[in-house]
Amino acid sequence: MARAVSTRRKLTFTLIGWAVGLLVFFPVLWTILTSFKTELDAIALPPKWIFFDWTLENYATVQERSNYFRFMTNSIIIALGSTALGLIFAIPAAWAMAFSPTPRTKDVLLWMLSTKMLPAVGVLIPIYLIFRDWGLLDSRIGLVVVLFLINLPIMVWMLYTYFKEIPGEILEAARMDGASLWKEITHVLAPMSVPGIASTVLLSVILAWNEAFWTLNLTTSNAAPLTTFIASYSSPQGNFYAKLSAASTLAIAPMLILGWFSQKQLVRGLTFGAVK
Amino acid sequence: MGNITLDKVSKSFGATNVIQSVDLDIEDGEFVVFVGPSGCGKSTLLRLIAGLEDVTSGRIMIDGTDATGLAPAKRRLSMVFQSYALYPHMSVRQNIAFPLKMAGDDRAVIDRKVGDAARILNLTDYLDRKPRQLSGGQRQRVAIGRAIVREPEAFLFDEPLSNLDAALRVNMRLEISELHQQLKTTMIYVTHDQVEAMTMADKIVVLSAGRIEQVGSPLDLYKRPANRFVAGFIGSPKMNFVEGSEAGRYGAAVIGIRPEHLAISTTEGAWRGTVGVSEQLGSDTFLHVHVDGIDTITARTGGEVVLDHGDTVFLTPQPDKIHKFDAQGMAIR
Repeated sequence: MARAVSTRRKLTFTLIGWAVGLLVFFPVLWTILTSFKTELDAIALPPKWIFFDWTLENYATVQERSNYFRFMTNSIIIALGSTALGLIFAIPAAWAMAFSPTPRTKDVLLWMLSTKMLPAVGVLIPIYLIFRDWGLLDSRIGLVVVLFLINLPIMVWMLYTYFKEIPGEILEAARMDGASLWKEITHVLAPMSVPGIASTVLLSVILAWNEAFWTLNLTTSNAAPLTTFIASYSSPQGNFYAKLSAASTLAIAPMLILGWFSQKQLVRGLTFGAVK
Repeated sequence: MGNITLDKVSKSFGATNVIQSVDLDIEDGEFVVFVGPSGCGKSTLLRLIAGLEDVTSGRIMIDGTDATGLAPAKRRLSMVFQSYALYPHMSVRQNIAFPLKMAGDDRAVIDRKVGDAARILNLTDYLDRKPRQLSGGQRQRVAIGRAIVREPEAFLFDEPLSNLDAALRVNMRLEISELHQQLKTTMIYVTHDQVEAMTMADKIVVLSAGRIEQVGSPLDLYKRPANRFVAGFIGSPKMNFVEGSEAGRYGAAVIGIRPEHLAISTTEGAWRGTVGVSEQLGSDTFLHVHVDGIDTITARTGGEVVLDHGDTVFLTPQPDKIHKFDAQGMAIR
């Protein structure tokens, strides 16, 4: 039942909401601001907020020193590749668990999620050795496979919760109407779960794009994505904050834009099934 | 042709036997209603016929051929679900056309058949709408349209009216009956509502705990129930049951008398009692009478009878309308 909320209460909650939002967004904002400062302004104390000499020289230097587009191409290939591979496995898996569950389905789901609880570094050595022996180090295909495996449990979970919301009778109706399993999925299930699949894709792309642990440890130059690109600006000679910020801004810009335009999808995806 | 024969059909889920060795013959063109309380297995039985569940043992014959192992779509049956089960992302036209599209029919054939179905069901003006833009009754008509276009051997209805409000339910009940007159195709209809069963069926199959209690025409079941369960289930208000010495006088363990077969008097009669609740429907009045030494007995009288709480009445059962049952609940004829 709707409850009347007083104006004061509303105002308080709005302010708290904005405060939390700004707090979360602040590091991103600070990074973007710093990217337009000179190195001196970047480390000035007290910090300079917006009254500094705005400059684009960091971006020029970054572009000069390293080929941004090569890193970005790698990031795109790895993020999209691992997501596409993930969908191929996650859709049938989620379909099976949602529409023909067994008494053990819940356990399987929990077990899949439990793999996310293991610290990644715990399996670094074996995976590194496998990659070395199979010649996958510093290769895009290797990263696609690793990120696909890492994000698969989350993709299966998200799709599972979506599929669970689709009444089984609709799929039975399709079966009665003569749809084969393939047509049942392509004509009925997939179109009905477009929002769910879209938000799953979005989340997987974002997670793969931002993944740093495996990309830093398994690549050097050829397959290096934007996360490696950022890391290369934190050098042993000292940190160049303005250039580091410019590199970071360039790296997160595509996701920031994508996230901005799809926030509705994303929020719905993450909270789906929580309330009916 | 739409003959369907069930031959010792059983279904278990794990250790639970939901359907226990059911034998049933359904003739071509018959309107058969499966009726019974919740959990009696009537929907499961329908799903077994549809092929949506596999039988544990026994055979299902459709048109003389063994369909036990056939996929649902291969059985040439159409099903209408309780939740309508329309495809929400498709228009009404696409919903109705879906089975034809799956069968690979020509565009022209599809258009003609969809047009015909829409005309029969008064859906022509709604063909381009999405299911969410329709009322409950219209949605159910779309579901029926989707079932009609396939020209099936038989229609299966799984409690199709239970999501509709009472007035609409009566309308749709008539529409489905009319559709049956028009198409003359076998229809199997599942409901827990005995009024639907009585008004629509050529043949009623009463189920309880996964077994068939009785098969017969509506009036057959009303007049000659095979056992106490059927007697209590068919008819509204329910049949009254009297046990003990009063039943013994008739040579039975239990006697049953329908509310409409009790004569009511304020002066004399077989059973004396006081009125508890009097439900006045206008056309009828249902009296719930606390009869001395028996129990509460429901009696049905004309709407003009006005009796209030606490009034004394006498009830007399019509002797030729008394149903006698033995200790096992089976009818004594």
